[in-house]
Amino acid sequence: MAQEHKQPRRSTSDNASEEAVASTDAAGRKEQLDDDVDAILDEIDSVLESNAEEFVKSFVQKGGQ
Amino acid sequence: MSVARRSVQGMSVRRVMGAETEFGISVLGHPGANPMTASSRLVNAYANATRGTRQARWDFEEESPLRDARGFDLTRGQAHPSQLTDEDFGLVNMILTNGARFYVDHAHPEYSGPECLSPFAVALWDKAGEQVLLDASRLASVGGEPEIALYKNNTDNKGVSYGSHENYLMARQTPFADIVRHLIPFFVSRQVICGAGRVGLGVDGRGQGFQISQRADFFEVEVGLETTLKRPIINTRDEPHADASLWRRLHVIIGDANLGEVPTMMKFGTTAMVLSMIEAGEISHDLTLRTPVAALREISHDPTLSTAVELRDGRRLTALQIQWDYLEMARRYAERRPGDDAAETATVLDRWESLLARLEADPMTCSAEVDWVAKLSLLNSYRDRDGLDWDSPKLALIDLQFADLRPDKGLHHRLVKLGRIEQLFTQEQVDQAVLTPPEDTRAYFRGRCLAKFPAQVAAASWDSVIFDIPGQRSLQRIPTTDPVRGTKAHVGDLLERCQSAQQLVAAITGSPPTSR
Repeated sequence: MAQEHKQPRRSTSDNASEEAVASTDAAGRKEQLDDDVDAILDEIDSVLESNAEEFVKSFVQKGGQ
Repeated sequence: MSVARRSVQGMSVRRVMGAETEFGISVLGHPGANPMTASSRLVNAYANATRGTRQARWDFEEESPLRDARGFDLTRGQAHPSQLTDEDFGLVNMILTNGARFYVDHAHPEYSGPECLSPFAVALWDKAGEQVLLDASRLASVGGEPEIALYKNNTDNKGVSYGSHENYLMARQTPFADIVRHLIPFFVSRQVICGAGRVGLGVDGRGQGFQISQRADFFEVEVGLETTLKRPIINTRDEPHADASLWRRLHVIIGDANLGEVPTMMKFGTTAMVLSMIEAGEISHDLTLRTPVAALREISHDPTLSTAVELRDGRRLTALQIQWDYLEMARRYAERRPGDDAAETATVLDRWESLLARLEADPMTCSAEVDWVAKLSLLNSYRDRDGLDWDSPKLALIDLQFADLRPDKGLHHRLVKLGRIEQLFTQEQVDQAVLTPPEDTRAYFRGRCLAKFPAQVAAASWDSVIFDIPGQRSLQRIPTTDPVRGTKAHVGDLLERCQSAQQLVAAITGSPPTSR
């Protein structure tokens, strides 16, 4: 039936998984970004609230839906 | 009926739908501040800055939050006070020119986006809502008032949860039992794509670890009417805000508030697709879970995605395998029923397939597209660098601050700035969506009336716009019962032509206005 070959390719084998990953640029993008992960953490460090414990403790909400 | 039915119900990722979000709120430096007062300050500040003298109020005439999709009404005496959303507790309500509602719900500011037909539109007008809230917090903080921070998350990690709900218009004739049966396995498993990620396990977050969903630990039953206690996987609130003999509204309370545009779009696109398949009787696989509430948690608590949950027929499947099953059925359905919107459907299904394949191979490859992966990736970087355990206050802070709406403070925003998050829309598109409504639903009529005749719109709601015409003693209520009438194609010329609200009302009602 026509639908057979249009079925989503479940990655039942390692090959299929690798192909699926290779077919996107996300993996390559991730590698590149891992290189500057330190720069990212520095950036995040610079905006994090200073007293983590106190800040988190003071975030108290009333219930919602 | 057939024309309206086709366009409303859709056979694909399109249907009448919308997103509503309750935001976390805190007054910086004043941890004991009353959240209702702070929320009111926000809405009032926004109203004062964006509107002229007249403030249209919300029209509650058609609201019936105690109506149950299973066919009975809860009496007010049986209802918990928090279920009575139709009583305006003297708090502010605002209708925006983009067709959305911005108001105070319980102790949170809430943005209910306008009715949309496309999952991309839902995501765009949801982003517009974040901009509205951010603008409101800035406006509320001028003149020496303490700064208000807003969070698009779903828990304070101290036992409390607040919601981000989805609404889908569905054909009334579809048996509710079919909806329950085929949606529960989908809802339990879809968190792998649209979970927002959370540090902490259990309702109070005291258990150590990371989980996929913000909301999973707050659900206790499979089906029910409540939204604030004993939360159900399938909520039965049934106010269609449309002809109730034809339509029901599926009110979905299980989703996380998404910061990413891709997960918001995918959450609505895939859910709309599954609903179309349920309406068409096209779900051929029985994926009924043995213990759905437990499965929801087990899946959420395992970011490796390897946990398998038991089906009633004895099989054990992972969340990804369950999602693959729905995707396969969706592919077959889309192939047999190509429609006008085949391209949009294909976009959603292709992304669905790509995400499932990559989540299966290595979830971290999805950090630009999936909220929980973006958050976990950042947390893991900190754990690696600083040797932190999951009970570290710093990791809890990262979880909280991830959802901060302020561009300089919010970590999601910082990752966007650093190019680590895929975006679907430009800032210009978001700014435009703050001001203007979608053109293909009745939100167009509501929003344009408010923009063009702000002084004459006395009230509005999803299903009405009420005019106060000078010289007329009674208010003129224009019902907007059909969600796909009042579109630009339908009333765009008329609105363009009318120079006054009086002319518009006369043209719509077909009779010259009379003074009494």
